[in-house]
Amino acid sequence: MSEKKVHDNLPNDFEKWSESVEKMVSKRPERKPEFVNTSGIPVNRIYSPLNLEDTDYLEEVGFPGEYPYTRGVQPTMYRGRYWTMRMYAGFATAKESNSRYRFLLDQGQTGLSVAFDLPTQIGYDSDNEMAIGEVGKVGVAIDSLKDMEILFDKIPLDKVSTSMTINAPAAVLLAMYMAVAEKQGVSVDKLRGTIQNDILKEYSSRGTYIFPPKPSMRIITDIFSFCAEKVPLWNTISISGYHIREAGSTAVQEVAFTLANGIAYVKAALDAGLDVDAFGPRLSFFFNAHLDFLEEISKYRAARKLWATIMKERFGAKNPKSLMMRFHTQTAGCTLTAQQPKNNIVRVAFQALSAVLGGTQSLHTNSMDEALCLPSEAAVETALRTQQVIAHETGVTDTVDPLAGSYYVETLTKEIYDRAWKYIEKIDAMGGAVEAVEKGFIQREIQDSAYQYQREIEKDERVVVGLNRFQVQEERPSNLLRVDPSVRDEQIDSLNRLKSERNNEKVDRALAKLKDGAESKDNLMPLVFEAVKEYSTLGEICDVLREVFGEYQQINTLS
Amino acid sequence: MSIVDHSNKPGQGDRDMEKKKKIRVLAAKPGLDGHDRGIKVVALALMNGGMEVVYTGLRQTPIQIVEAAIQEDVDVIAMSILSGAHDYLFPKVMELLKERGVEDMLVLGGGIIPDEDVPALKESGIAEIFGPGTTTGEIIKYIENRV
Repeated sequence: MSEKKVHDNLPNDFEKWSESVEKMVSKRPERKPEFVNTSGIPVNRIYSPLNLEDTDYLEEVGFPGEYPYTRGVQPTMYRGRYWTMRMYAGFATAKESNSRYRFLLDQGQTGLSVAFDLPTQIGYDSDNEMAIGEVGKVGVAIDSLKDMEILFDKIPLDKVSTSMTINAPAAVLLAMYMAVAEKQGVSVDKLRGTIQNDILKEYSSRGTYIFPPKPSMRIITDIFSFCAEKVPLWNTISISGYHIREAGSTAVQEVAFTLANGIAYVKAALDAGLDVDAFGPRLSFFFNAHLDFLEEISKYRAARKLWATIMKERFGAKNPKSLMMRFHTQTAGCTLTAQQPKNNIVRVAFQALSAVLGGTQSLHTNSMDEALCLPSEAAVETALRTQQVIAHETGVTDTVDPLAGSYYVETLTKEIYDRAWKYIEKIDAMGGAVEAVEKGFIQREIQDSAYQYQREIEKDERVVVGLNRFQVQEERPSNLLRVDPSVRDEQIDSLNRLKSERNNEKVDRALAKLKDGAESKDNLMPLVFEAVKEYSTLGEICDVLREVFGEYQQINTLS
Repeated sequence: MSIVDHSNKPGQGDRDMEKKKKIRVLAAKPGLDGHDRGIKVVALALMNGGMEVVYTGLRQTPIQIVEAAIQEDVDVIAMSILSGAHDYLFPKVMELLKERGVEDMLVLGGGIIPDEDVPALKESGIAEIFGPGTTTGEIIKYIENRV
């Protein structure tokens, strides 16, 4: 039978089938009166060619490696090379983190991902009063180039790619990384890696902002422009939906708010006089792998198509690399339970599989103990092995985008695309993502979804295995990994030593130049680089910028 | 969420009267941690449960929290930390409350807090620690029973 004939009979056949099922359901009801996914999209009983009647395959789906990149950014995807297995790690001192990185590289990990502690992320040295209790806790404490040298000791920077989760002070940490490379004799144009450098989601979701939006956007475009010339292989930003989702958004909101932020960065760079095809290829993204397996796969496909469309049609990008959404994925920390922590291994495996079926370029898999504490080495190993099992044993990597053509996945991809696009239009009408954050729109949308999700759990409409169903009495694990509070003292000692050993006159001069630069329109990156090489501390550099730019005051959206 | 002027704090004799008043809660984020999903969900739930909630926003020092609690004349301080800094920041808040002569506030903590840390936190005066998986219903009930 030809395809055409199937279509001729299908509407009638579908009608007949639906009627008979409805009769059955009226006697034996389904589990729920209606099925809706986490984004509020109704889920039909079945999907068929009828749902794709209006889909133009070439225009909307196409081939991998070709516009609109729905099926992936490379033509061969994992048949060519697996994704980068990149576990987010870092705690306590640079020395301890260095040994964790070397352990992970020995275990077959293929890229590094640096977690910094909160004082570092907010531009405070370890001896700052605001840092008490926080030094070395959620990541490694970095006060100066000295710490960075220890962090990457015996790790050849021309051989690894390094992702750094750093936003407000991203320029400083990138400069430190470049300085370490120079000391290793590695030219900075060989460096591969990513700085997160995505300030807009810090205002809405993650909280490690320092400066107000305007100067923050300037620092970001300074980095774009500097790297396009000097560090061409570096991903200058990782536009992150991950934290938006962790803060409680739906999948559609994750796509919409992330891409709205992306649009704001592109606009800011164009306003600063940059060429879209000079910085466009180095924009990268970061998504969350949440629980709803098929929704997540559709989400990545929709996001890729939407970004390609925006870059081509709105911004006139010509270089195919500017149109390709390359992204990192991390499994959803917020879905891990403290109850029956071993169940988290299973959650993570499904989430990781969705990211792979969605065509991710790199992946972090969470450790089973992360609802309790920092991950232990054993838990991290299982999480990394999960990725290796998916890559080497499941077979899903042998063909590109294997779920393409699924009536459901294609329909959902379209639906997420359309719904995200409507949100973006709404944000455009407000003046863009910066304005939407300043109005509190994005924060309110996210917190409403978070509240809704929690209500569903408490009303038992959403089952969390081991939490509100299938509970057991259990002992909570003890001997959790924890950071010794003496880390702060160690950091302060070495800060004091550094300040007595370095050439303080040169430091003062570099910081004065940085201040002048901040007050003018000069690119800040070379000035930060000079200050870093004189061993100015992170706190000193950020204080200079605070003085010129001021600090962001969060708005209250709980009213 | 409203900020109400409570310059006339009722005395002990008015305790029954006070009970009928709305319970006032300061929802606070001490330290540098930016994870505010939990505290916001709890704050919204307490508000919908009939309480008055004042939210501090992120990055509050212990002294700022104590001053806000006194100024807002709250019955409850509910703090959330997911960064691991609870071991310093929670007891510090308790210490400052004692210094200021505040003894009758119910102070609660939540976030990623290992079980083995709980006894020391309670010793410092934190009434209860609510970990991951706690329902907002449990928190509301706990507060209503204790205030």
